[in-house]
Order: sequence, then C-alpha cells, then structure tokens
Amino acid sequence: MLRLIKLELQKLWLNKTSRVLIFISFILPFTVLVLSSIKINFFGFFTLELGELGIFNFPIIWHITTFFASYFKFFFAIVVVSMIGNEYSNKTLKQNLIDGLSKKEFILSKFYTIVFFSICATVLIGVASFLIGLYYSSYTEASIIFREVEFLLAYFVKLVGFFSLCLFFGMLLKRSAFALGFLFVLYIFEWLIFWGAYEAFGNADSAFKLKNFLPLESMYKLIDQPIQRIVMTKFPEKTDIAYDYAVHWYEIAIVLGWSALFIFLSYRLLKKRDL
Amino acid sequence: MEPILTINNLTKKFGYLTAVKDLSFTINKGNVYGILGPNGSGKSTTLGIVLNVVNKTNGDFHWFDGNTTTHDALKQVGAIIERPNFYPYMTAEQNLKLVCRIKGVDHSKIAEKLEIVGLLDRKDHKFKTYSLGMKQRLAIASALLNDPEILILDEPTNGLDPQGIHQIRQIIKDIAADGTTILLASHLLDEVEKVCSHVVVLRKGEKLYSGRVDEMISSHGFFELKAEKHSELLNVLENNSDFGKLKVEGDLITAFLNEPMSAPEFNKLMFEKGIVLSHLVKRKESLEEQFLQLTDKLN
Repeated sequence: MLRLIKLELQKLWLNKTSRVLIFISFILPFTVLVLSSIKINFFGFFTLELGELGIFNFPIIWHITTFFASYFKFFFAIVVVSMIGNEYSNKTLKQNLIDGLSKKEFILSKFYTIVFFSICATVLIGVASFLIGLYYSSYTEASIIFREVEFLLAYFVKLVGFFSLCLFFGMLLKRSAFALGFLFVLYIFEWLIFWGAYEAFGNADSAFKLKNFLPLESMYKLIDQPIQRIVMTKFPEKTDIAYDYAVHWYEIAIVLGWSALFIFLSYRLLKKRDL
Repeated sequence: MEPILTINNLTKKFGYLTAVKDLSFTINKGNVYGILGPNGSGKSTTLGIVLNVVNKTNGDFHWFDGNTTTHDALKQVGAIIERPNFYPYMTAEQNLKLVCRIKGVDHSKIAEKLEIVGLLDRKDHKFKTYSLGMKQRLAIASALLNDPEILILDEPTNGLDPQGIHQIRQIIKDIAADGTTILLASHLLDEVEKVCSHVVVLRKGEKLYSGRVDEMISSHGFFELKAEKHSELLNVLENNSDFGKLKVEGDLITAFLNEPMSAPEFNKLMFEKGIVLSHLVKRKESLEEQFLQLTDKLN
C-alpha cells in the first residue's frame, strides 16, 4: 500500500501543475479561514470581525469550516482528473502495466492517494478549526468542544466520495477537460431527475428525498448549509426556520456506497479496456 | 529447453476484425526470436495480450513454467511497445526510479543501465527534451532495469535515423550476447535477419511459419549464372531435372535447385557440357525473398 501511494505521489509531486494545485487546495481554505478569523479594519470606517457573529463558537465552528472548506475540493478534483487524463495522453498507463503494475494496483494507487489527500485535508481543517475555536469560543468544556466533530468525518467522506466520482469520470472519458465538464452535466442531470420526480410525485419533499440518493446531491447533503443555522442562533424564537442540519449515518452510508461503486466501476472499465 | 512463453490457440477479435487468429508458438530460453509480419498482421496485438494490456478473446498463454501469474511474470520481463512512453516532466533518472518502484528493483541499477545505453551524462535532463533516439534508448534502459529473463521489443528502430538504428541494433546484439532471450517484432526483414536466430511469421493474424530463420522454406538455394553461350546454358538447365524454376533477366540467369548441388559440382557439370561460365554465384534466398514467397503462397 505504501508502495502504491509513493508511486502516485511521485507522479503528482514532480508535475508542476498538480503541485501548484495541491498547494492551492491546501493553502487557500486555510488562508481564507485565518483571514476571516482576524479583525479587519477597513481604513477606520468600520471593523469587520466575523468572530463576533459567533460563527467561531464551538460546536458550530465545525459545521461552518467544513462546509466552506469543501468548496475548495474543486482544485484537487482537477488534480484527480488530470492524473488519469495524463496517464492516458502520455500512454504511461500502458507502460505502467507492461512494467508489472496490475490494473487493480493502478486503480488502488489512485484511490489510496485520494484517501491520503482527504485525510490530510481533514486533519488540517480539524486542527485549524480547533485552534480558532479555542481562541474565539466562549465555551471551553471538552464536551461542547468535541460535540459535532462528526462534521469532520462527513467532510472526509464527502472528499473521498467526490474524488472517487472524478476518478471514475477520468477513467471513463480519458480526458481531464471532458471529465470536469461531465461533472456539470451530472449536476444538471440530477436536477432533471428531481424535476421528473416532482412531476411524478406531485410534491417537492418526496422529489428531494429521491434526489438525496443521487451522487452529487448525497455528497452535498452530508454537510447542510450552515447559514440558516447561524440565523437560527440569532433568532431562537423563530421556530419555522428550524431544519435538520445534523450528519446522519445513512447520509454517510449513501456516499460511501457511491464511492465504492465508482472505484469498482473504474476498475471494471480498465479491466475490460484494450490499451 | 526451458520455455519462457507459451501461447496456445490465441485469438483476439476487435468487433468483426480478427487481429490474431488461433496463434500458437513457444519461446524458449536463450534464443533471439523475431516476429515478422507486415503492418496490421497482429504483432503488436499478440504482444499486447501477453503483456496484459490487451484482453484476449479466446485461447490462453502462460509465462515460464505456467506457475507464475502474469502479473508476477511481468516483473521478470522487460518490454517496449511501439513508442517510448514516459512522464515528460520527469528527468530520465526520476522516470527510471518510478519503474524501479513498480518492479520492486533497487535504485542502484539505474546508473548501470543508463551507462549501457549511453545516457548517463543526460540523466538529469527532462524526458521531453530528449530526441527520439534517446527516448528509445531510455526505454531500453528501463526495460533492462530488472535484469529481465526476456526482453520484448516492438519495432524498436521505428522512426529513427540510420545512426540511431545502428545504435539500437548494437545494443540489442550486446544484450543478446549476454544470453538474454529477446523477442523482436518488426516489419523490417533485414533487421530480423541480422539479429534473430528464430522467427515467427504472421500474416493477417495467422501464423505462417515458426522455427529457425535458415529453415524457413525448404529450399536448396539458387545459382546466378552468366555465360557467353547464353542460349545453350539455358537449354542445358531446362533439360536437367535438378533445376526447377528459371528466371532470365537480360543475360543473367537465375536457376532454382530442386536437389542439393554445390557450386564446384555445377561448375564441373557445365565444363563437361562445354559451357564456360563468366559468372557463378550460389545463394540462398534472403529473408526478404523467403518472406515474400511465404506470404505470396497464400495470395
């Protein structure tokens, strides 16, 4: 396993483009997080301190940081699709197999790298949120601090799921640009299904329930948007805006199911294909 | 003899097209094999199948004694298919390190193999800056990294300039001299003739011949003859049952033998008939002529 990760990391690290993208996908969310946590003085007109809004309090900080950080996954998604696309365009996939890498090992080396990266990203966001939370939060009891750390788990699963999808599209289409385009097509396709279900069931609730099983929506649903929750904390008396923002086990199970399917399909695709 | 690769009734279909049809042959240790065939005869497909990048339709093959999986066997094989494929953004050394990782070979081999192909001084240059000849030499170095039991080369001199072709051939000869089994696929007949001891001839996916190069067709060779008494010579040859087909080009007569006959024997015979030859050469068909004869038979 270590051999396969080392193999893939060498391929990625020596490539300037992917090195820059990896760097961005790590550094950018981190920078945004740090910048948003400091007090910004707009030339003496007013000061902006997001911390005062209470968004850096435990336990809501876990929710907020993981939600916003997950948008930066697109940078690494480019790396994932190009790490497949490049193997095809350089024909190094063929050479790797001839040199004695099995098709299974090839897919596994990509998958392990995805998991490895997701772990790194999760740990980084976890540590950063913890430190910023300690600085801003008025609660310092361990029971409150570590309540809702399941958002970190959700974040990790979300990354693995999304990158597995990218891996599959990369294998399917062999070209990075097409694979990224296909993500958008899938996004539209999921809305079309939603629309179709809405027509069939007659109400949006059941249609949304169906959509929750689709790949992109299920990943999105892992970490619900936190804006409404922030508003809720400001106006606790408004019960009509209350919503279910928790991370549920079945949400995680759906995404893990998709990830397993995408990895398996990528393998099947490679196995069947003549290179 | 120790078998290295055994292929039994291998068939590959791409849709309606049959690229390899019911192919069987065995590669034994220590010989230099050539796979000959025109473009599109199934050479690369066959190699692709045994190298695990193309899926077979029917039949089977096994490496060595049949107890090793293809995946493990490939770690004892060195192969180059068509064009050298490396990561353009890595240097030669980095590329070879990657191959070492895949094959599970120690990095210490890299310098040794780069030395063999004469690229040691360019090891820190990126692959994309290499000329085609250098790329091909790097591919050979890469294939040699694991000290393979067998080296498989598919059109190794394709697209190279004469100097590059010469360099590659010299390297192949040196490797063969070390006792490494080599399987060389090519459509260049003189290349195979110069390097190989055994040959498998393919045409449209079917095997026409496999065996030693010099036994490819049962031929006793032919004489190229010139004489002052041209028509008398022709007359004698036509009436002698030892000779089969006769070919006349200007004053040069080519007489193909039905029975073995040495040049002195023939010369004596002519002398007895009162014909003085001004030109006498005994030759065997070149591989090219043999190959064309073999492939023509089926047309």
